[in-house]
Amino acid sequence: MAEAAVAQPAWVLLAYLIAGVCFILALRGLSGPESSRRGNLTGMLGMAIAVGTTLITHIPQLAVPIIIEDVGSYSTDFSTVLEILAAIVIGGGIGLVTARRIQMTAMPQLVAAFHSLVGMAAVLVGAAAYLNPLAFGIAAAGIGKGWTLYAPLSTVSNFPVIFPQSRIEMGLGVAIGAITFSGSVIAFLKLNGNMSGKPILLPLRHVINLGTLIAILGLIAYFTQDQSAWVFFTVVGLSFAIGFLLIIPIGGADMPVVISMLNSYSGWAAAAMGFTLHNSAMIITGALVGSSGAILSYIMCRAMNRSFISVIAGGFGAVSSGGDAAAIDRPYKRGSAEDAAFLMKQADQVIIVPGYGMAVSQAQHALKEMADRLKAEGVRVKYAIHPVAGRMPGHMNVLLAEANVPYDEVFELEDINSEFAQTDVAFVIGANDVTNPAAKTDKSSPIYGMPVLDVEKARTVLFVKRSMGGVGYAGVDNELFYRDNTMMLLADAKKMTEEIVKALG
Amino acid sequence: MDFISILSIFVLACFVGYYVVWSVTPALHTPLMSVTNAISSVIVVGALIAAAAAGSPSSKWLGLAAVTLASVNIFGGFAVTQRMLSMYKKRERQGDKTHG
Repeated sequence: MAEAAVAQPAWVLLAYLIAGVCFILALRGLSGPESSRRGNLTGMLGMAIAVGTTLITHIPQLAVPIIIEDVGSYSTDFSTVLEILAAIVIGGGIGLVTARRIQMTAMPQLVAAFHSLVGMAAVLVGAAAYLNPLAFGIAAAGIGKGWTLYAPLSTVSNFPVIFPQSRIEMGLGVAIGAITFSGSVIAFLKLNGNMSGKPILLPLRHVINLGTLIAILGLIAYFTQDQSAWVFFTVVGLSFAIGFLLIIPIGGADMPVVISMLNSYSGWAAAAMGFTLHNSAMIITGALVGSSGAILSYIMCRAMNRSFISVIAGGFGAVSSGGDAAAIDRPYKRGSAEDAAFLMKQADQVIIVPGYGMAVSQAQHALKEMADRLKAEGVRVKYAIHPVAGRMPGHMNVLLAEANVPYDEVFELEDINSEFAQTDVAFVIGANDVTNPAAKTDKSSPIYGMPVLDVEKARTVLFVKRSMGGVGYAGVDNELFYRDNTMMLLADAKKMTEEIVKALG
Repeated sequence: MDFISILSIFVLACFVGYYVVWSVTPALHTPLMSVTNAISSVIVVGALIAAAAAGSPSSKWLGLAAVTLASVNIFGGFAVTQRMLSMYKKRERQGDKTHG
């Protein structure tokens, strides 16, 4: 029976292994900006090897169509090389154009959209493997129930019997793929602003979610006993539903975790399909991507001092804290662009703390301009990045790089936090919760325990914010606004920065 | 390949992934996500097998659709990663504060 599995020649196995190693090297290159570009090229090479090997081993079948005699319903229809090339050209064209046109501020949406495509591709491959298991070498020709588009459910009695082990792998693959797809679509809609970033809380959602998950696992187990189409497609349907249900209760500020988690899922989906297809390139890649997403989720959770479970359970930031009406009336100092320019010109060192607000108002280029003017005045300028600033891991670093800020002026939280005490001006632009001192002192605060940037230790804090009314995504007021050494610059981030540039002359 | 060899590759690759990803500098976490996106599209291998296989027209069309989706990701993912990585630049001259 197992001989029905495609016995791959050694060179093919070796080629897939080499592709897998190329992918490892691609990630290894990301340990530093210098090596990263070569790493990316190695990744492309790996993909070319994987695709090339598959084409070389499978295209010859096209020249001589194999008709399997004992399976009556089989058609001899097959794709021509042209159709496959057309699919690659169409897809590749869309991808290249998108990659060239996308604005850097929209990277989180793009990544979410790309995740959804991986998920959908996994579902489609899984469905194709279910419908044509012999082509994937995961079945023995024999008597079983099956389904094709041309013969309705269960009427094909001599459908090949899929190996039970492959059914589990296939079931898990399509389930994870479907969750990745629908979850990423919701994440995309939230990040792109087509859907409110606020958490949407359904009653009994934990019960519904848990029930659906158990049903999916139960059906996959049952799938080993009964390969009927309804089992397979119910697993797919329920998985689409659970992906949707899992992401809608999660608020905008938790998106860095969600997007990392979906990254991880897309990897596990690829790994599960790799098990189904006995393909080492897919398994290595799946394991790499899966652990990458898992580690990023962990880093993001740690940076928010929240457990992964509480993020997934959702609802963070849904309830606004009670005391903000009183808080808004508290006195604060308000400054102008000229004041800010004057203060910064006098400084020895300025640390800029960017956040999501900078991305929203596209202020990064104006910010770089400001930093250049300050450097011309002899001021040392550094940037401090909190791990969860923005909507995805590393979001701020990319935006600053886009504005030509040298990466050796950009520091992570733990590397720069001790420097605020010796800094004259901390310039906070579009960040809020990640600077809130309440995280260190107020045990009742929802963000208590979260590592924050110690901006209040700087001699002066300049805080760029649209208005005093709004609170951060955690729904808590920021104590920092009312401190004696804080000056509020109330305006759009980009406009304020441009005015400061003008005032610097 | 038998199941145990495949499982061995998987488990070892998970460990490799763990150590390799921890060595990625946080500044490059966004390119990390986009490049992992691109490489997870190696699922295109399965799509190509489905598209090239004889036997089931429905399977073939599903395969072709998957090839298209995965190609968007492969080309888009690597291209956008390259675009991002080319933006990361070092300060031109260390300690030179008079020029931008």
